[in-house]
Amino acid sequence: MVREINRPLVDARPDGVFAVPVDQLAELTAKRLAEGDRLLTLVGTDERETGQGFGLWVVFLTPEGGVAQLRATLDSTEPRYPSLTPRVPAVHWDERELADLLGFIPEGHPDPRRLVLREDWPAGLFPLRKDFDPGRVPPPTRRDSFPFTPLDGEGIGHIPVGPIHAGVIEPGHFRFAAVGETVLHLEARLFYTHRGIEKLVEGRTPSEALPLVERICGACSFSHALAFCEAVEAMSGTSVPSRARWARTLCLELERLYNHVGDAGNICAGTGLAVGAMRGAHLKEKIQNLIDRLVGHRFLHDVCAIGGLRRDLPKGALDEARTAASVLREETGAFARLILGTDSFVERLRGTGALPRETVHALGGVGVAARASGENFDLRRDRPSEWYSGLAPRIVTQTSGDVEARLKVRLDEVDESWRLVQALLDAEPAGPIRTTVELTPRPRIGVGIAESARGALVHWLMIDSAGRIQRLRVRSASFANWPLVAAAVPGNLVPDFPLINKSFELCYACLDR
Amino acid sequence: MLDLFRQRLISGRATNAFPRAVEAPPPSFRGMPRLLEDRCAGDAACAAICPARAIVVRPLSTVGWTWTLDRAACLGCGRCVEACPNQALAVENVFQLASASRDSLRNSIVVGADVAEDDAERQRRILELGEKVRNQTSRLFGRSLHLRHLDVGSCNGCDWEINALLNPVYDLQRFGVDVVASPRHADGLLVTGPVTRHLEPALWATYEATPEPKLVIAVGACAGEAGFLEGSYAVAGGVDRRLPVDVYIPGCPPRPEAILHGILLAMGRPR
Repeated sequence: MVREINRPLVDARPDGVFAVPVDQLAELTAKRLAEGDRLLTLVGTDERETGQGFGLWVVFLTPEGGVAQLRATLDSTEPRYPSLTPRVPAVHWDERELADLLGFIPEGHPDPRRLVLREDWPAGLFPLRKDFDPGRVPPPTRRDSFPFTPLDGEGIGHIPVGPIHAGVIEPGHFRFAAVGETVLHLEARLFYTHRGIEKLVEGRTPSEALPLVERICGACSFSHALAFCEAVEAMSGTSVPSRARWARTLCLELERLYNHVGDAGNICAGTGLAVGAMRGAHLKEKIQNLIDRLVGHRFLHDVCAIGGLRRDLPKGALDEARTAASVLREETGAFARLILGTDSFVERLRGTGALPRETVHALGGVGVAARASGENFDLRRDRPSEWYSGLAPRIVTQTSGDVEARLKVRLDEVDESWRLVQALLDAEPAGPIRTTVELTPRPRIGVGIAESARGALVHWLMIDSAGRIQRLRVRSASFANWPLVAAAVPGNLVPDFPLINKSFELCYACLDR
Repeated sequence: MLDLFRQRLISGRATNAFPRAVEAPPPSFRGMPRLLEDRCAGDAACAAICPARAIVVRPLSTVGWTWTLDRAACLGCGRCVEACPNQALAVENVFQLASASRDSLRNSIVVGADVAEDDAERQRRILELGEKVRNQTSRLFGRSLHLRHLDVGSCNGCDWEINALLNPVYDLQRFGVDVVASPRHADGLLVTGPVTRHLEPALWATYEATPEPKLVIAVGACAGEAGFLEGSYAVAGGVDRRLPVDVYIPGCPPRPEAILHGILLAMGRPR
């Protein structure tokens, strides 16, 4: 599976896996990123049973749209390695997660606190190790504690918020250090909805794992299913029928649409613009109804299958969708003009939560949040899968990186997605909706990537010799972008935090898994 | 500013007629499975493929077997329907499945033998219990119910459907029901998610902060049973592992009208 390299990496095949010495991993990673690669994911594996120790994998998207992987072997008893974070800050959370779940020791990491697991979790117990004993998991505590960064001084107040919030939103704890109304520092404590899904799918076949994978996140369900299925299809060399690729693209765009429109409405709610909030909620409902009629589910659960889609899209619903798409495109356009034409609203957004491009780039931001700061990156163009290469999606960017920019990117993407949906509905190919996927049991690796509503979503999948899942690592757009939120808030007013947070609109469930 | 007023004037009425009229789900809607007894061969292919462990096929001591579907666990994914070699499962178009009794959500069917007496007796007891709960809650909360949402580890799907109840189409407030910001202002909790290890402290804090008497409504397949997450080191399972639950609303996620139906049931309103 893994080839040793004895020649310089520039000669490497774009889709290869290369074994590198662990002490060179940080340097080679930084070099590839400087030369134009993008970081897709960082993965840790426990391959001690097959005599390959612990594996640390860095996965890149090459400028040509290929996937390249570096793999270093860590010691089976003491998996220490020089931390990549000082040179590649984008992996700072990945390394902390691996320390929690696999017991890797990133030496020189600037923040060695726990990230995923809590303080009451026993030392030396690592759930993603193959010899993990669930019997050693103690009952959960009734009280929570966490060593927040101490920030004390004259006039500095601390405001704890969450994990249960005033609205109907997901759980997370935020600790503000503020001087008067101005935030000095924000620390987020997340992973409250950690369900251990990556561990739970180990030992299952990919088809058994799929219903769990698409329930990692309710609002990004189709993206997760698609990335996972693409990973399986990539490792088996399956070519998915054209009608299936067409229908998947349609589903992915509809998922983006209901999310983006709902998010725009929620940004209105964050400023108290009730008309915009209700209009956004109503339009989201209409788009979900359209999805419901097409696939029978308002969140696209259980629609995608390995090799295509579970069921074909009914003809009647497709005809309805053609009419509905043009009506809804008009309505969302009018909604965008209405809210962007409301000066009192736009003034609240302008300059709020501004994030410079350099910060986004250094932290490896993706999706709407990155494009709003001027990062011109969208997998639909930069690694076109499914039906995207023929559609030439227009990539929307802004430069100011504030709440207004993130809203405008979303609203422009809504119009572009409707254009794609209409183009898809006008070019419906015939043929089967699914093909069978033969996965002869032998060890394999597959990478599946999708541009979800929130940005690049990566599923890295390793299958063992019995055809069962050895390791799944899911790096969602929310994983990449949560650190951006903490970077965007300092210097803003405390009451603007909900607005800034809504402008990123990240999933907690996508992050926590 | 004038545009905002204009928008309000032209947008008209969006609210649906629930509960007078319940809109049928679309033809492609995949509800929970229904057993066609005369076709069932008892091979349990459905139970084997179910990702949520919602189906149990158990042989009886003499002849026949029982086929049991736990609606609190069922994800409505339809894999059992596809897997059955005898086409003995059909998709049910029903989605308003909320119940005050955990037991009544276990849909048990005896195949190839006479229905046992105690099963009929059990059904009668469940109905009686339901009526009792209904009378009590109707007296306390029948006219107005203020709920606090408590996410104990959901994927966000149920949360978004609760949010949808606040949109102009479902307009939860017209029933005297609202979602309030603090448990101290609440008559009950609307719980979503499978009680993760990391949210237990928040679960206890929120529950204890809600004044008595209080209702607990478990929304969705995670809060109901979390069968598909069974075996995880990070999850305790359904909400009733920790709190007394008054009403269960099955579905993954339950459609907004199913949640509305469950909330009205908790108020003792549907007759």
